[in-house]
Amino acid sequence: MSDAALAHEAHEEHPTSTGLNHRKILMWAFLGSECIFFGSLITTYLVYRGKSVVGPYPGEILNIPLTSVSTFVLLMSSLAMVLSLAGFERAAGAGTDEERRRSELKKGRFWLLMTAVLGTGFLGFQVYEFYEFVHHGLGLTTNLFGTTFYVLTGFHGTHVGVGVVWLVSLLVLSYFGKVKPLDVELGGLYWHFVDIVWIIIFTLIYLIPS
Amino acid sequence: MATVTDVRTQERVSTGAAIWSWITTIDHKRIGVLYFVTSLIYFLVAGIEALLIRLQLATPDGEILDPDLYNQLFTMHGTAMVFMVAMPMAAAFFNFLIPLMIGARDVAFPRLNAFSYWTFLGGSLLMHSSFLFGQAPDGGWFGYANLTSKEYSPGLSIDFWGLGLLVLGVASVAAALNFIITIINLRAPGMTLMRMPVFVWMTFVTSFLIIFAFPAITAALIFLEFDRLFGTNFYEVAEGGDPMLWQHLFWVFGHPEVYILVLPGFGIASEILPTFSRKPIFGYSAMVFAAVAIGFLGFSVWAHHMFTTGMGTIADAAFAGSTMLIAIPTGIKMFNWVATCFGGRIRLTTPMLFALGFLTTFLIGGLTGPMLAAVPLDLHFQDSYFVVGHFHYVLFGGLILALMGGVYYWYPKITGRMMSEKIGKVHFWLMFMSMNLTFFPMHFVGLDGMPRRVSTYAADMGWEGWNMFISISAFGIGLSVLVFLHNLVVSYKKGEPAGNDPWDARTLEWAIPSPPPEHNFDEIPQVTHRDQVWYDKYGEGHGSAAELSKVDTSVAEHAEEDEEHDVHMPNPSYWPLLVSAGLTIAAAGLLIHILVAIFGVAWTIVAIYAWSLEPASDPPNEH
Ligand code: HEM
Ligand SMILES: [Cu+2]
Repeated sequence: MSDAALAHEAHEEHPTSTGLNHRKILMWAFLGSECIFFGSLITTYLVYRGKSVVGPYPGEILNIPLTSVSTFVLLMSSLAMVLSLAGFERAAGAGTDEERRRSELKKGRFWLLMTAVLGTGFLGFQVYEFYEFVHHGLGLTTNLFGTTFYVLTGFHGTHVGVGVVWLVSLLVLSYFGKVKPLDVELGGLYWHFVDIVWIIIFTLIYLIPS
Repeated sequence: MATVTDVRTQERVSTGAAIWSWITTIDHKRIGVLYFVTSLIYFLVAGIEALLIRLQLATPDGEILDPDLYNQLFTMHGTAMVFMVAMPMAAAFFNFLIPLMIGARDVAFPRLNAFSYWTFLGGSLLMHSSFLFGQAPDGGWFGYANLTSKEYSPGLSIDFWGLGLLVLGVASVAAALNFIITIINLRAPGMTLMRMPVFVWMTFVTSFLIIFAFPAITAALIFLEFDRLFGTNFYEVAEGGDPMLWQHLFWVFGHPEVYILVLPGFGIASEILPTFSRKPIFGYSAMVFAAVAIGFLGFSVWAHHMFTTGMGTIADAAFAGSTMLIAIPTGIKMFNWVATCFGGRIRLTTPMLFALGFLTTFLIGGLTGPMLAAVPLDLHFQDSYFVVGHFHYVLFGGLILALMGGVYYWYPKITGRMMSEKIGKVHFWLMFMSMNLTFFPMHFVGLDGMPRRVSTYAADMGWEGWNMFISISAFGIGLSVLVFLHNLVVSYKKGEPAGNDPWDARTLEWAIPSPPPEHNFDEIPQVTHRDQVWYDKYGEGHGSAAELSKVDTSVAEHAEEDEEHDVHMPNPSYWPLLVSAGLTIAAAGLLIHILVAIFGVAWTIVAIYAWSLEPASDPPNEH
C-alpha cells in the first residue's frame, strides 16, 4: 500500500458515535438480515422433509462422505481467510519496516488466494454433486426434495460464488494499493457467515437422517 | 439569514444541468424530495384506483368494471398503497429529517441511499408497466398461493407483481440498513440514544423491522417465481406442496410490515404534539420502550391473519393471546400522547390538527384490532368489509393523516415557505370528515356480511344505501387530496417566508436555515438535552435566542480541523442509478427473455465495480 493511500486512510477515519466503522456495522446488519433469508429457506426444506410423493428420496441419493470432504474444504477456507486478514493487518501495522510490510502483505495475499481456491473447490464439489444427482434422476422439478434441496443449496452456492469473486477482486486490487485491512475484514465476515450457514445446512440436511 | 434565496434560484442555471444534478444527487435532502414526489404520484394513481372501485360498488350489480379489471384494481391499489406510497413516503421523511435531527451532514452511505431510491423507482415502474400490457397483477396484495400458480394465473400478471416486489424489497432493505448505521454512528456529540427525538427512534425500530421482515417475503417470492418460471413444486399441491407455506412466510413478513407502515406515523405525531402543546413529550422512555416492544411482539403474531385456515385451537389461542399483548404497548403510546397534550398550551395549527386526527382515528382502528384478534369474532369478520374498515382506519388514520401533518410541519423547513394555514384547515376537515364517513360505515356492511374483493353485490342484500354513502364520501377524500395538492403548489410560490423556526420547535433541524444548506450544519451541534433547541432558547438562563451551543474546544479536538472552513461533501454519482437500472433490467428480463436477464445481471456487476472503484469524495489532503 502506498504512503498516499495510508495517509488517505488515516484521514478517512471520521469519528463515529460508537467508534465502530460504518461499513463494519453495515456488514453485521446485512448478515443479520441474511440469517432470516437462509432461515426461511432452511425451514422450508425441513417442513417439506419426507413430503415428496415420488422419488428419488434423500436417503437414496445423498453422498455423505463426498459432502464431508467438501465441507472440510470450505472449513479450511475460513482458516485461510483468518490467516489472510492477519497478514494484511500486520502489513498495515508494520510502520516504517518496509521489509516486514512486504513479507506480511505477501502472506496476506497468498492466503487470500488460498481462500478463493478452496471456495472454488467447494463449488466444484457442488457442481459435481448436482451433476450426479441429475444423473440419478433428481431434477429441480422432480419432487419436493429436489425443489427444496436445489434452491437451498443453490442459493448458498451462489453466495459462495459471490464471495469468491469478491476475494479475487480484493486480491487484484491489493496490487494497486487499494486494499485496506478493513476491506479484507469485511470480505472475511461475509465469508465466515456463508461458511457457518453451510455447517447448518450440512448438519440438518445431510447428517440428520430423514 | 438566507431563508428564501434558496436552492431554487441557484438552480435556474440550465434545465439540463438541473436535471443532471438530480439524477446524480446523493444529498439526503434531495433524495427525500425525490421519494416524496414519487410516492405522491403513486398516491394519486392508487387513489384513483380506489375511487374506480368505489364507483363500481356504489350501486348493486354495477357494470363499470368487469371482474377481471376489478381484481387488478384492488390488487394494484393495495400493493401500491403499501409499497409505493406508505413506505416511500415515510422514507422521504426519514431521508430529509434523520441527519438533520441527529446533527449529521448526511446519511452514513450517501450513494447507497441514492441506490435505494432508484431501485424503488425501478421496481415500482416495472410493476406498473403491467398496465401497458393489460396484465396488471390481480391476485390481491397478499398474493395467496395457489391462486398465483401458473395454472390459475396464466399470463404474466403475477410475475410483474412478484418480480416488482423483489426489486422493491432490495430498495427497502438497502435504505433500512443505511438508516440503522446512520442513527448508530452519526449522532452529534452528546446526542445519546435517549436524547434522540422520538421520530428518530421510530425510524430506528422501523428499519430493524424492515431488515428482519423482508427476507421472509423475499424467500416466499423466490419460491413463487421459481414455481412459475422453472416449474418447481413449492406450492404445488399435487406434488405434496402446501399453499399454507406461502401464507406463513407472507404473514411473517406481513404483520411486521404493518408496524413498518405505522411506526413512522407514530414518530411524526410524537414530534408535532409536543411542539404545539408546548410541553416535552410525556413519558419519553416509555414511548421508546413501547416501540421496541411493539417491534419484538410484531414478529410473534403473524398467524392472526390465518385463523380461518384451520390451524387448530391451540395455535389460534396462542396467536390471539400474543396479538392482544400488543395492545399494551400501543395503549401506553396512546396515553402518553394524550398526556402530552394534557394541560399544554395547545395551538391548533394544521399540523396539530392532523396529529390529533391521527390520534382519534388510530384509536378507532386500534380498537377494532383486538376485535379481529378474538378468534370467534374473526371467523365472522374474516374477508368481510369489516376488515377493510379496520385496516383503513389504521393505515389512512394512522399513517396518511400523520404524514399529511408531517408535510405541513416540515414543508417550511424543506422549501423555506409556509403552507397556507387557511387552505390547510379546509384540507384537514374535508379529509378527516370524509375518511371517517368512508371507512366507518364499512364496518356496518361488513358485519352484515358484505365480502371484500368481490366486484359486485345483488340488489336484494340491503347494502346499497351504505355503499352509495361510502362511495360519495370516498370522493370527498379525493377532493381533499386536490385541495392538498393545490396548497402544496401554491405555497411553493406564494407561501410566506418561513425563517428558521416558524413553529418555535424543539429539534435540531429548526436551528438551521430553511431550506438547510447542502452541508446542513456549519458546525456540528453539541447536544446536552432532549429538545435541544427549546433548551437553547429558553433553558436555564441561556438567553441567546435560537442559537445552538457551539462545539466547545474539548470536542473540537475530535472533529476534523478543516471542518470549520470547508466541509467535504461526497461527490455526486450516477453509478447508483446505473446499478438500479441493471437490477430492474435483470428482473424485467425474466419476463421477456432469459438473455435479457443475463444482460441485466452483467450490467449490474459492471456498475457495481465502477461504483466501488469510484472515489466517494475528492482526496481531502490537498488543501
Ligand atoms: C384514498 C382513500 C382510499 C380509499 C377510498 C380506499 C378504498 C379501498 C377499497 C374500496 C378497498 C377494497 C377493495 C375490495 O376489497 O374489493 C381497498 C383495499 C385496500 N386498501 Fe384502500 N383505500 C384508500 C386508501 C388506502 C391507503 C392509504 C392504504 C394503505 C396505506 C390502503 C390500503 C389498502 C389495502 C392493503 C387494501 C387491500 C387490497 C387487497 O385486498 O388486496 N388503502 N381500499
Ligand atoms: Cu397482523
